[in-house]
Amino acid sequence: MATRNLGALLVLVLAITIREVASVFQPISDSHRSAASELFTPAEGSFGSLEEAYEALRSFEILGIDKPDIRGASGESVLDKLGSSSSAPKDLFYALKVNSILKCEVNKEVFEGIASRLKAVVNGASSLLDIYYSIGSLVLIKNQSSEVDVLLADADGIFRSIKSLSQSDGRWRYSSDNPESSTYAAGLAVEALAGVVSLASSEIDQAMIGKLKRDVSKLFDIIEKYDDGAVYFDEKVDQSPLSTTASVVRGLTAFAAVTSETLKLPGDKILGLAKFFLGIGVPGNTKDFFNQIDSLACLESNKVSVPLILSLPATVLSLTKKDQLKVKVSTVLGSSAPPVTVKLVRAFSSGSKDASIIPSQELKFDKESRYHFLDVLPKNVDVGSYMFVFEVVLHDSEHETIYATGGLTQVGVFVTGVVNIDNAEIAVLESDKSVETQKKLDLAGENAVSLSANHLQKLRLSFQLTTPLGHTFKPHQVFLKLTHETKVEHIFVVGNSGKKFEIILDFLGLVDKFYYLSGSYDLQLTVGDAVMENSFLRAIGRVDLDLPEAPEKATRPPPLAVNPYLKYGPKAEISHIFRVPEKLPPNHLSLAFLGLLLLPLIGFLVGLLRLGVNLKNFPTSAVPATFGFLFHVGLAAVLLLYVLFWLKLDLFTTLKWLGILGVFLLFVGHRILSHLASTSSKLKSA
Amino acid sequence: MVKPSSSSSSTSQDALALINSLRSAYSATPTTLKIIDLYVGFAVSTAIIQVVYMALVGSFPFNSFLSGILSCIGTAVLAVCLRIQVNKENKEFKDLAPERAFADFVLCNLVLHLVIMNFLG
Repeated sequence: MATRNLGALLVLVLAITIREVASVFQPISDSHRSAASELFTPAEGSFGSLEEAYEALRSFEILGIDKPDIRGASGESVLDKLGSSSSAPKDLFYALKVNSILKCEVNKEVFEGIASRLKAVVNGASSLLDIYYSIGSLVLIKNQSSEVDVLLADADGIFRSIKSLSQSDGRWRYSSDNPESSTYAAGLAVEALAGVVSLASSEIDQAMIGKLKRDVSKLFDIIEKYDDGAVYFDEKVDQSPLSTTASVVRGLTAFAAVTSETLKLPGDKILGLAKFFLGIGVPGNTKDFFNQIDSLACLESNKVSVPLILSLPATVLSLTKKDQLKVKVSTVLGSSAPPVTVKLVRAFSSGSKDASIIPSQELKFDKESRYHFLDVLPKNVDVGSYMFVFEVVLHDSEHETIYATGGLTQVGVFVTGVVNIDNAEIAVLESDKSVETQKKLDLAGENAVSLSANHLQKLRLSFQLTTPLGHTFKPHQVFLKLTHETKVEHIFVVGNSGKKFEIILDFLGLVDKFYYLSGSYDLQLTVGDAVMENSFLRAIGRVDLDLPEAPEKATRPPPLAVNPYLKYGPKAEISHIFRVPEKLPPNHLSLAFLGLLLLPLIGFLVGLLRLGVNLKNFPTSAVPATFGFLFHVGLAAVLLLYVLFWLKLDLFTTLKWLGILGVFLLFVGHRILSHLASTSSKLKSA
Repeated sequence: MVKPSSSSSSTSQDALALINSLRSAYSATPTTLKIIDLYVGFAVSTAIIQVVYMALVGSFPFNSFLSGILSCIGTAVLAVCLRIQVNKENKEFKDLAPERAFADFVLCNLVLHLVIMNFLG
């Protein structure tokens, strides 16, 4: 009892572990190469910065693409940056990185100057980024010129100062006064420390290196996991998972390369990292693309364990074409793997997990195409979707420390084939189920049956579907569609009972659903499935229905479905109707009339002169003369206010000012006019 | 000049005599009234020119046209009122001082033109 339970538990655990690795990861292929050529296109012959130039050049180098046209301009800016004494460590770092690919001629003196400056930066720096760029630059100088002295005298001290930024969980801080810890920084720190180790003039304390190894393995405790087996490092702020993981991978592989001890990390984690980078596909921006390609290149040649990827060129196998099951094992960049045997452990139908349909066997290896293949699928493999479980076994047991194969890999495979359609017939039945007319159908070819029925009869359509092995096949979709002349459609699902698919349309019960529409109905049958190579959608003829007249309360047929493209498409353009501007006379005519209007005024003035009008009556004494003058000024002011009212003022402002002016005018007007009246009455009385 | 002809010579002479008598009668009118007459003539002829303009090109800014016409007609009417009031022969307004009449004229003109300006647009 206990052993059976244990066995069941083991199967369950196995099933769970296998489930996690169900999707197929393809190694880097030509699609990446063409994408790289498109992505890294420099604007006007040069990249925006040396960092971008490095990313492009490095990606091209890894993918084996030669792009000489961007070399010239990049080379110039490299020499510029290296020659300038004010370049920041970051600029120097990327300039040297580009130079490591371009290999420009740089004077030894230039390198020496840079090296002494960087050493000063390293000794005085407190920020991790400064140290990272400086150490990185020194390592690059070391690789590019053997004559320059780049060795660090106080390597131990620098190692300790970087190490002091590490946190207990394996992550690092960017500087001593920044309490936030970061996984991205951990990658940079490990890479910098690897640089310090390689630059050390004397041996680094082994105890420190041991501590660093523990830090790195702690980092793998906080790794995140996807369901398909991919693992990655996440950063809550600033960096994306991709750049964080890439940073850690770079640090890890650099550290593994310089240390003499072996770094023991679980192989499936390394494989998981490779799966994470491959699972992205082809990234759409240059930064992601570089991070992906560069990290994969680091993994390709790392000293911890090199991941091997199992991929299938095709996951759809056709029984009619007798497709072979082919499997390829390669490294992440697509180069060939060491000698391996691929075992097909088992294969089972997706629906039922229990029985393996193929006995466990080794796949044969074709040396030319480097494919592992299964000669012929066993006879008992029918159409359907299957899960194939593979195991990669290295021939050389020494390789097991170098490569990570990741144990069992589960891959979903579709096996397709032609499904036989038999005994297809359509019949009109009387209400007592006696056959009135019956016609055979050939569902593989064209049909044009013509039937007629009334509402007391029934229509029966039946056929059988069998797989190549003679089993009943149940496709995803089996529909019968009836379309009336007026485009009203009715769709019925054809059910199956045992081997036979059958549908009986009882028109008596359907008259209401058919909206009492008599006339010709087109019949269309759809049978479709992903693994059925001869899926079809076929018109099989027509049936003339004679249905009773619609009672008054019968539901009306629905309005015809509007074409969705019309419904959501652009609306008809709205044409706005504007008032037609009034016809205005030509300018000169209006001006001529303006001149004409002056004529009566001139006539008025001339008339006044002829009448001998004068201002003799204007008061001569000072006070009335002032009032008289003010009266006229007031009148002029009111008229001016009217002009302003016409031009810009509103009514309320105008009335306010008019009130003030009016009171003034009333006062002076009254004074001057009463003065005039009194003088004229005096004159009269005199 | 009208050509003297046998049939119409007596009529034209009558007309001439009529005009001459009218002229001599008008020359006796005080200068103040003549000034007012001149002003009325000026206002009316301005209005007539505006009407001719409207007849030629249309009354598109109709409110402007109305303002122009009403301004002229209104001030002409007010001037005629003024003339009636200051005419000494009109016994009806004997007690009314011409200065008072002029004040009315000015006030009415100001109010009229405030409305005109408001309507001018």
